[in-house]
Amino acid sequence: MSEAFTRLTAVSLPLLLDNIDTDIIIPSREMKTVGKTGLADGLFAGWRYTSVGGREKSPDFLMNHAPYDTAQILIAGQNVGCGSSREHAVWALREYGFRAVIASSFNPIFRSNCIRNGLVPVQLPFAQLYALGDVGEASVTVDLDAMTVCAPGVGPFPFELEKDSRLMLLNGWDAIDLTLQYRDRITAWRDADRAERPWIYLERDA
Amino acid sequence: MDTLFEILWRQHQIADIGDGIGLIAIDRVMLHERTGGVALKGLAAAGRNILAPAQAFAVMDHIVDTLPGRSDDTLMPTGKAFITETRAAAKAAGIRLFDLHDDRQGICHVISPEQGIVLPGATLVCPDSHTGTQGAFGALAWGIGSSEAEHALTTGTLRVRKPATMRVTVTGRLADGVGAKDLALHIIVLIGSQGAQDHVVEFAGEGITALDIEQRQTLCNMATEMSAFCAIIAPDDVSLSALKGRPFAPRDALWEQAVAHWRTLASHPDATFDREITIDAATVAPMISWGTSPQQSIPVTASIPPHNVGHPRETAANHSRSLAYMGLADGMAVAGEPIDAAFIGSCTNSRLSDLRRAAAIVKGRKVAKGVRAICVPGSKAVKLAAEQQGIAATLIEAGFEWREPGCSMCFFAGGESFGLRERVISTTNRNFESRQGPDTRTHIASPETVAASAIAGHIVDPRSFKDEVAP
Repeated sequence: MSEAFTRLTAVSLPLLLDNIDTDIIIPSREMKTVGKTGLADGLFAGWRYTSVGGREKSPDFLMNHAPYDTAQILIAGQNVGCGSSREHAVWALREYGFRAVIASSFNPIFRSNCIRNGLVPVQLPFAQLYALGDVGEASVTVDLDAMTVCAPGVGPFPFELEKDSRLMLLNGWDAIDLTLQYRDRITAWRDADRAERPWIYLERDA
Repeated sequence: MDTLFEILWRQHQIADIGDGIGLIAIDRVMLHERTGGVALKGLAAAGRNILAPAQAFAVMDHIVDTLPGRSDDTLMPTGKAFITETRAAAKAAGIRLFDLHDDRQGICHVISPEQGIVLPGATLVCPDSHTGTQGAFGALAWGIGSSEAEHALTTGTLRVRKPATMRVTVTGRLADGVGAKDLALHIIVLIGSQGAQDHVVEFAGEGITALDIEQRQTLCNMATEMSAFCAIIAPDDVSLSALKGRPFAPRDALWEQAVAHWRTLASHPDATFDREITIDAATVAPMISWGTSPQQSIPVTASIPPHNVGHPRETAANHSRSLAYMGLADGMAVAGEPIDAAFIGSCTNSRLSDLRRAAAIVKGRKVAKGVRAICVPGSKAVKLAAEQQGIAATLIEAGFEWREPGCSMCFFAGGESFGLRERVISTTNRNFESRQGPDTRTHIASPETVAASAIAGHIVDPRSFKDEVAP
C-alpha cells in the first residue's frame, strides 16, 4: 500500500522546536476533504502562509525558500506530532514529499501513523539532532538498511526501530495484510473469549 | 504480581508478534465524522469488511456546529461533506450511528460512558487522541490513527508495541476548590508534556478513589497531555455504579457475571511498575497555563518562572516563543490578566458536574462586560439534565451562551472559533498555538477558575474570588 523505503539522500528541513503538534503540521481548517489526499497545500499552513486560509507565502518560513522547498526529511525537536490523532498530518507530509522525520522523541500515535504511511520515524539524541539540524543545504541520508543517519562530516548515527515496523517500511507492507495471516488465531480467540466474557459481544440492532 | 495493565494485556493478547509487539484483541471501536469517515471510506475502497459491526459506534461530534438550530451545514468550509459522507459510510457498514439529531449525540468520550459502551476490562480504541479519558472506568482505551481504525475494524485487533507502566499515587485528598483538572496540570508540570511517553499511567491512592467518576475522566483525559499511551483507574463501586443500567452495559445475570470478572481487575499489591510517582494532594493548587504547552502552567497565584537554563524539557527558544505568542513575560502574574472570552466545554470538562461547579460560582452574578462566555455541554444528555436542574438557566442568566454538544469550539474547525489573538480562559485540554482560533491565546484551567474569571473579567483564583464576592 505505501511506497517501499530503503535509503534516501535529500535536503532536510530543520524545524528544531519542541512540541510541533498536528495542528501546526496541518491545521484543522485545512482538512477539506473526507480522504487522504489534497492535503499538501495545507501542510504547515499557519506558518507557511501570511494569513489564515490564505496562500501568500510567508518569507519567514524556511520551507518557502530553495532548496528547503524540496526537503524530504523533516528535523524537529522533542515530542513531534503531539496533539490530535489526525493521520492527515502524516498524509500531508507524505503528499508534499517527506519520507522521514528525525526528532528526539515522537508522540506515539503520530509515530504509528508514520510507520503505516511510509514515513520513517528516526529518533536520535539531542546532540546528534542538532548536528544534523546545522548542515544547512547539504543533503542528509537516512538508511533503513543500515539503520543510520548521516550527512557530510556528520554521523553516521545509528537509530532503532522495532523489527515489525522496519519490515513494513522496507517493503511497503500493509499492516492489515500482515495481521490477516493470523486470521485463524483471531477467530479461535474470539470464540473462546465469547464464552469467557459474553457481555462484550453485542448484537446488531434489529 | 501483575499490574492492572498487564492483566488486561494478557487477557487480550492473541499473539506475540515479537520485538515487544502484541496482537491485541479490540472490544470496541468508536468513530467520529472527522477521522472515522476517512477510515470507513478507506475500508470500503479496499473492499474490506468490518469483523464485528455491532461493536463499533459512530458519532457526529467534531465538525458539527454547536450553534442552536444547527444542521448538516457547518461554518467549517466543506464540513458538510464530513457529516454526510460519514453518515452514508456508517449506514453502509451497518454500525450504530448517533447522528446529529439523536438524543444520544455528544462528544465521543462523554457519550461512551453514558451509553455503557466503555466497560471495565474492555479494550476500546477511537481515532481521537483523548480516548484515554475512558480509562477512568478500568478499560484499556487509547487513541489511534485512521489507518489503525481500519485495522481494528476489519481484523478485530491491533498490532501494539507494549507500553511500560507508570503509577501515579495521590495521597490525601484534594482541597476544596481544587479539582482533577488542577491535579492533572500539577502532574504535567512535574513530569513534562512528554513525561509519560510510551507508558500506561495508572492513577491510584486516596486522592483518586475519592474523586467522583466525572473527575476521574477529566484526569485520565489529561494524561494525553503527558504523552501517555493511555491512563487507567482500577474499577470500583464508583465506576461500576456509574455504568449500571446504561443501554449497552450488560443486564441482570450477565451484569452479575461481568461484575465478578471486573472485581478481579486491579494491580496486585506487590506489582512493580516501571516508574512510580507519589503526589501529596495537599500540595495541589488551582492551576493555569501561561504558555502554549500544558507543561507551561503554574498555580494561579504564582508568577511565570524564568526559563531554567539547561532544563531538559524546554529549550530557551521554546520558552521565549511561547511568551511572545501569549503576550506575556517572565516574572508576570497571570492572575489579573484581562480576558476576552471564557469557554466551558470539551471532552475534558463538559460533564454535568463540571457545569454544576461553574454554575455555583456564577449564580446571581454577571459575566464581565466585554467578555464572551460560552458553554458547550458534552452531550445531549448533559444538556437536558442541565436544563432540567436549572444549571443552564443559571449560566444563561449570568451571560453565558448555551450551545449544542460538540467539539468544534475546542479546536477551531474553521468556522467556530475565538477571534484573532483573543485571550481565552478555557476548560479544554490544549493551549497550543491557534488551537481555538487564529493566534488565540488559550489559558487552560478548571471550570471553577474559568467561571470565576468570566465574572471578574480577568484571570482570578476561584478561591479568592469566592471570598471576595460571596456574601
